Amino acid sequence: MIRKILAAWAPMIALAGALFCAPAGAEEAGRTPVPHPPKGQGEHCVADTEFMRRNHMKMLFHDRKETVHEGVRGEKFSLAGCVSCHAVKGADGKPVAFSSDQHFCKSCHSYAAVKIDCFECHASRPAEMPQKAASAPADAPYAAIASYVRDMKPEVKP
Amino acid sequence: MTAPDQNTDVDRRALIKSAVGLATVTLAPGVTLYAFGVEAASAPVTSAKRWGMLIDINKCPPGCDLCVTACQQENGWKSTGHPSTDAQWIRKVTLRDPETGKTREAPAMCQHCATPPCVDVCPTGASFKRADGIVLVDKHICIGCRYCMMACPYKARSFVHEEIDDQKTVAPRGKGTVESCTFCVDRVDAGRIPACVESCGVKGGAAMIFGDLNDPNSEIRKAVSAMATTQIRADLGLDPGVRYRNL
Amino acid sequence: MAKLKFQTLNRQSQSFWLLIFFHVALVAIGLSAALYMEEHGHIVTGMSNQIVWGLPHVFAVFLIVAASGALNVASVSSVFNKLAYKPYARLSGILAIALLLGGLAVLVLDLGRPDRLFVAVFNNNFKSIFAWNIYLYSGFIAIVGAYLFVMMDRQVSKSTVAGKAMGWLAFVWRLILTTGTGSIFGFLIAREAYDSAIMAPLFIASSFLYGLAFTVLVLAMMSSQTLSDLMPDEMVEKFSGLLVIFALATVYFTVVQHLTKLYSASHRDVEDFLLRDGGVYPVMFWLGQIAIGTIAPLAILYMRGKALSPRMALTSAAVLFLIGGLAQMYVIIIGGQAFPLKIFPGEKVSSSFFDGGIATYTPSIPEALLGISGVSLAMLIVAFALRLLPFLPQGAPRQS
Repeated sequence: MIRKILAAWAPMIALAGALFCAPAGAEEAGRTPVPHPPKGQGEHCVADTEFMRRNHMKMLFHDRKETVHEGVRGEKFSLAGCVSCHAVKGADGKPVAFSSDQHFCKSCHSYAAVKIDCFECHASRPAEMPQKAASAPADAPYAAIASYVRDMKPEVKP
Repeated sequence: MTAPDQNTDVDRRALIKSAVGLATVTLAPGVTLYAFGVEAASAPVTSAKRWGMLIDINKCPPGCDLCVTACQQENGWKSTGHPSTDAQWIRKVTLRDPETGKTREAPAMCQHCATPPCVDVCPTGASFKRADGIVLVDKHICIGCRYCMMACPYKARSFVHEEIDDQKTVAPRGKGTVESCTFCVDRVDAGRIPACVESCGVKGGAAMIFGDLNDPNSEIRKAVSAMATTQIRADLGLDPGVRYRNL
Repeated sequence: MAKLKFQTLNRQSQSFWLLIFFHVALVAIGLSAALYMEEHGHIVTGMSNQIVWGLPHVFAVFLIVAASGALNVASVSSVFNKLAYKPYARLSGILAIALLLGGLAVLVLDLGRPDRLFVAVFNNNFKSIFAWNIYLYSGFIAIVGAYLFVMMDRQVSKSTVAGKAMGWLAFVWRLILTTGTGSIFGFLIAREAYDSAIMAPLFIASSFLYGLAFTVLVLAMMSSQTLSDLMPDEMVEKFSGLLVIFALATVYFTVVQHLTKLYSASHRDVEDFLLRDGGVYPVMFWLGQIAIGTIAPLAILYMRGKALSPRMALTSAAVLFLIGGLAQMYVIIIGGQAFPLKIFPGEKVSSSFFDGGIATYTPSIPEALLGISGVSLAMLIVAFALRLLPFLPQGAPRQS
């Protein structure tokens, strides 16, 4: 709870900080700290970075009712997929948990001060057999993806 | 980058099948969506099936806890050294007839009732029964009020009292929410049997049968039709999906 | 009838400020305790997978039950036309709202995921008594609020019809609300100590008792604050008489509840546990609820005017009734869970999950503080409201 309250205030503090630093940052690009989330393991993500930045939360939220309540499995995108492909190895060579600042999701979310509670229940490390990215079967479900994109379309912003 | 034209029929015309066998969709210049190693989504479960379990106590040797350890392995719950607050999805209960002294052991877990009291009392609908009879907790909307634990006659549910950070991918579980046996729902959806049943069958006494109680040709249906079985606390009229033999 | 006059609380003695400070401190400590519990999980409480509802629920249910009863004085005045109670109707209404808020705050802060309260607002399972209660509680606050408006607004209060209609609505609503609270337990078929329709009338009888006891204590405190006599001798008599009736009604339903279960062979052991063998629970019941919470205050009220001043007797009886009420809730809520579920009736059972065993419960300090802070929160809300608006009747200047 304490952390949540801090998390709630953080954007304002961050905003104040950003306003304060803005002129300097504009002149000296590179001085503004930005997160450097680690690269995923596959060739590329399920969508372009720009799209993912804006829409990953909706893509995750989208299927949960169907999967949990109706047993619809094999949905197009899954949190387990993200966790698997974006696993970051720690000093011990094992994938780090969300508690680590190196965690893919954490690296951005702590920067943006957006508290997520996905990993209070979901595994933040991949299962024993990491899923390899970018291996679409020949008969990939184009129609399904298209309809998914149609769902997402209004949300796409440049 | 420009905003996508909302009136364009993106789905068909924009589909491009790339050389490496990826499905890609161009939403707008510079925005491409890929789909990876996924099968087509399965259809929603229906009430045509009713998943159930039959446990033959005579084949359940005392001291054997293969079902319990298999469940722990599969779903990631374990002892943290706080027995009164640690979660237990399945446990072996020792029964002793107070008059004759006859002792036996029975695994006890969520009985996946047809009319589950936990579902009735849940204020948010987090405790729910799937169409195919599996009773689950949707931890996205569980507020941790524990009313389901008050209502369950089988003491099947546990409240997560501590933070957890080593969950299994297939079994999300977290502090402040309630959990219980899921019949290994992800395995069932993939056409497999629950971990406890598998372990008992492979290494144990093969005391557990899992299957569709509605299917006249299923092993479980044949077994419950052939010989008398017991539902625990049948007097409550909840019609549990778990049945016992020789209890 | 002479026009009733009301006053705000505009004189605060040093001891009153001290009391306010005490309540503020308790609320602050209670909130910190809730944060601590939320941060670490319920592992830092005495609650477990056996005793899933603990001391916070004892206080929360106690306050919620008392809230509906506190409205009683208002109901008596407008529904049953007893003009003597009219001066106390406003106070009764605001006290009801405050007690309910205090109880709900404790209940909500004890949730495993209090941050998801909005989930409970937007996802409702209408078969759940808890979900009904969300509407019953918020409806209660709205209706009593409107009732207060009808009583206090210069224009609207001239209409006797409006007052009467709101009085009836609030009265019926509070009966349904307490039925709902009792049914939280009454509908639990699995637990032998509950599972009985009598929980609803038992809770209603208790609510009359606790609610009036709270009202009396607030009036006594405010009499000394305003240096005026808010309870004339006539009212002391009336309140004492009502408390006796309500205490007897509570005892009656308690006796019937236990006798019903004692008569059934299958429930004998749970009754033996709660009334004789259960260690702390029989002590809570016989010493807390019956001796301290019923017999002693009834004896004190009986002796009023003889060995004790009527006023002194009334306030000390009210304190004892409230202590007894907490003991009663403790026995019902904790005792009912401590007795093991009969999953395999007729068998002696044991397991690593405490099947067949009596559950132990030792409340931790944070959960106790959270529970107590609910009472303080209710009292602070009352004090604030009394300062803000004329809820208190204008009594005769104090003769002393």
